[in-house]
Amino acid sequence: MITSIEELQELAQIKKSQNDANPREIEIDMTSNFYTKQTRIVLENEGIIDPEDIEDYIAHDGYIPLFKVLDEMSPKDVIEELKISGLRGRGGGGYPAGLKWESVSKVQSEQKYIICNGDEGDPGAFMDRAVMESDPHRVLEGMAIAGFACGADKGYIYIRAEYPIAVKRLTRAIKQATKLGILGQNIAQSGFGFTIEIRLGAGAFVCGEGTALIASIEGGRGHPRQKPPHLSDHGLWGKPTILNNVETFANIAPIIKNGGEWFKSIGTQNSSGTKVFALSGHIKNTGLVEVPMGTTLRELVYDIGGGVEDGRKFKAIQSGGPSGGCIPEHLLDLEVDYESLKEVDSIMGSGGLIVMDDSSNMVEIARFFMDFCANESCGKCTPCRVGTTQLTGLLDKFIAKEATKHDFTLLKEMCLVVKSTSLCGLGQTAPNPVLSTIKYFEDEYLAGICDD
Amino acid sequence: MIREKVRVKKFTIDGICVTGQSNQTILEVARDNGIEIPTMCHLKGLSDVGSCRMCIVEIEGRHEPIPSCTAKIKEGMEVTTSSPKIKAAREMILSMMFSERYHTCSTCVVNGDCQLQSKSVELELSHSFTPYLNQRFEIDASHKNFVNDPNKCILCTRCIRVCDEIEGAHALDLFGRGLGTRVIHDMDEPWADSTSCTSCGKCVYVCPTGALYEKDISEEEIIKKREIVTELVRNRGQK
Amino acid sequence: MSTATDDRYNALEKIIKKLGYEKNALLEVLHNAQGIFGYLGLDTLKFIAKRLQLPYSKVYGVATFYSNFRLKPKGRHNIVVCAGTACHIKGADKILQKIEQRYGIKAGETTSDEALSLLTARCVGTCSIAPVIVFDEDIKANVSLENPLCDIEESIK
Repeated sequence: MITSIEELQELAQIKKSQNDANPREIEIDMTSNFYTKQTRIVLENEGIIDPEDIEDYIAHDGYIPLFKVLDEMSPKDVIEELKISGLRGRGGGGYPAGLKWESVSKVQSEQKYIICNGDEGDPGAFMDRAVMESDPHRVLEGMAIAGFACGADKGYIYIRAEYPIAVKRLTRAIKQATKLGILGQNIAQSGFGFTIEIRLGAGAFVCGEGTALIASIEGGRGHPRQKPPHLSDHGLWGKPTILNNVETFANIAPIIKNGGEWFKSIGTQNSSGTKVFALSGHIKNTGLVEVPMGTTLRELVYDIGGGVEDGRKFKAIQSGGPSGGCIPEHLLDLEVDYESLKEVDSIMGSGGLIVMDDSSNMVEIARFFMDFCANESCGKCTPCRVGTTQLTGLLDKFIAKEATKHDFTLLKEMCLVVKSTSLCGLGQTAPNPVLSTIKYFEDEYLAGICDD
Repeated sequence: MIREKVRVKKFTIDGICVTGQSNQTILEVARDNGIEIPTMCHLKGLSDVGSCRMCIVEIEGRHEPIPSCTAKIKEGMEVTTSSPKIKAAREMILSMMFSERYHTCSTCVVNGDCQLQSKSVELELSHSFTPYLNQRFEIDASHKNFVNDPNKCILCTRCIRVCDEIEGAHALDLFGRGLGTRVIHDMDEPWADSTSCTSCGKCVYVCPTGALYEKDISEEEIIKKREIVTELVRNRGQK
Repeated sequence: MSTATDDRYNALEKIIKKLGYEKNALLEVLHNAQGIFGYLGLDTLKFIAKRLQLPYSKVYGVATFYSNFRLKPKGRHNIVVCAGTACHIKGADKILQKIEQRYGIKAGETTSDEALSLLTARCVGTCSIAPVIVFDEDIKANVSLENPLCDIEESIK
């Protein structure tokens, strides 16, 4: 059992010497552009520590931030540090984490919950999977610190069933942490206790939405509900709840360790820190890249990504998954952050970046995402349930070059109604790929019109 | 649990000053003051789910409209119940309901007593303009008194809510998700075989369309007693 | 086989007991039941409803909402073709077509000899090695569009 920072540091020393005596061989070429141009904070332990050994995490300064918080800081101090850091929710919403934690900490309630959203349903996103599989303790530490700051003693990690390795590693990590007294009652003799349970998803993209996720943990169908009330007032089982993404929690320990100012100094004015992007598609170097906010798309695609594969021409890069938009070549010098992506009618989303070459048909890409939303729609509200299927059908007409001018008007009008009247984020953002591709690639839609 | 204090709040609806209690919704206060907002999935006496999106209103300071059946009132709120944008959205949503499934009024047993029809009159919608989806579902006529016709269903879930909240049997729930969602009994078994249904008929009373109806009654004789649930809840002393 | 004499039901009962007969543990119970029985048949679902004291329709509603729950038995082998964005632009639909043609079934179906079930997934989270198919528990990376079944065909019996 570890009951103090000193004991933690002692264990770290022992493990460090063991590691030095038996260094692990790193087989990847860390000198390539793909790695040297990254700033790995969230992914700093990936491939370096053994995710199934808590002592290895501790040897790399793991859990020192948690113990420091319990020893030297008050809940208010933690929230202040988080506010200074400017950390914004990495799940896609980009809501300032400090403000979210502050609002929950202020609510008077005997029971509060911390939920980690590990439902990563965006096709093209796998950064949360990487963190959960390669550095599970980082997530647990972030959640425990959140519990302390907000007055919650119970946490849940909602993991999609398609990630069995992540489930296995997190389960093991919770067991190991509990055994050492780092999770459980009276951590580090501070009086603060925190336990974490894992809950499995079962294949529903809509359960990535906060209220739907909660409905799922409560044992029901994953139907979202209207907000307000927000989760900070009425969340899991009606109690005040913090819901944050895996990547958000993974940033907490470094912020406590190095300070909010350090985090704020990285990135841009409105979006501090780094972001893990998942680069895939028609690009030479695919994989997870972590870069400071403000890095340009051009750097991501060409310097780190190695450019378009097979010598083809770049056409567009899709960001934000089914809720996002397609960005054309002439906007590649955009400095990526939350606001700049909004300005070009896309979103940060979870950080998936799909590169498309000139063989891609943009109407077909829009149709792919709309069809995805139609299949994943929970069916509760009319505009999303019906609208997404009707929009898919309309897009099919454009692909088959059988659309009319009237269809084009209807397509745009329906997109706007679905966007403004759907109950939750799934329906509200489903039209985004269509609206974005109409804005930048209108000629491909016009080519689908045959007005006889 | 947080104990909410109930206070009187003052706000405006369409420029008119109104007051209500803090635990009331915009829809409730509007109706108390004779201001009409079209609804579909709402039925007084049942919980509100905000799923049909018909009752959307605009709130000053909010970018997008929200359903008035679930929105609690706030001091100083400025509500607009109708605008060109809202009108167009309501018409499209009603269109979507018609084009989603198979609604043929001339052969429907609730022709003349259907809330989908009355809504079209209210919103002055003369025809549906969203693409027809031509879905076809099987009808369940196994029960001796009632029929479940999913082709007329608009998934308002009033039937599920009344069976769960008022009758307490929870014989009904939803199968699947998305467009193919269906209202089912027990484990999608024929109504006649349901071990949970008490045959009380409340689901038939509250159904806004001809998705649930009584057998052996002609179109002229059918009267949907939708308000019976509202009366029942009031008589029991519940909210 | 009656639930009283079927050992699998005893195993399921133990799990439900371990979860404290909590109604909100329904998804966990369904996952475990599917692990034990291979799929969620009506008898199994009714058993779960009774043990957790939940209405039949509620349990059925939850079981049919989520894609991961199978209400029909699956084949001895499983192929999941990932249809996520990265896999899609790398030709996942061609891979799916080839497999559908080879075995005469569509996605979501099982061959008549119960040897193979074919499914699609919306994204399995391995986008950098797209296009991907999952054969039983193994992820196959960079699958060939021309010959997607090359090293797994002979195992499907």
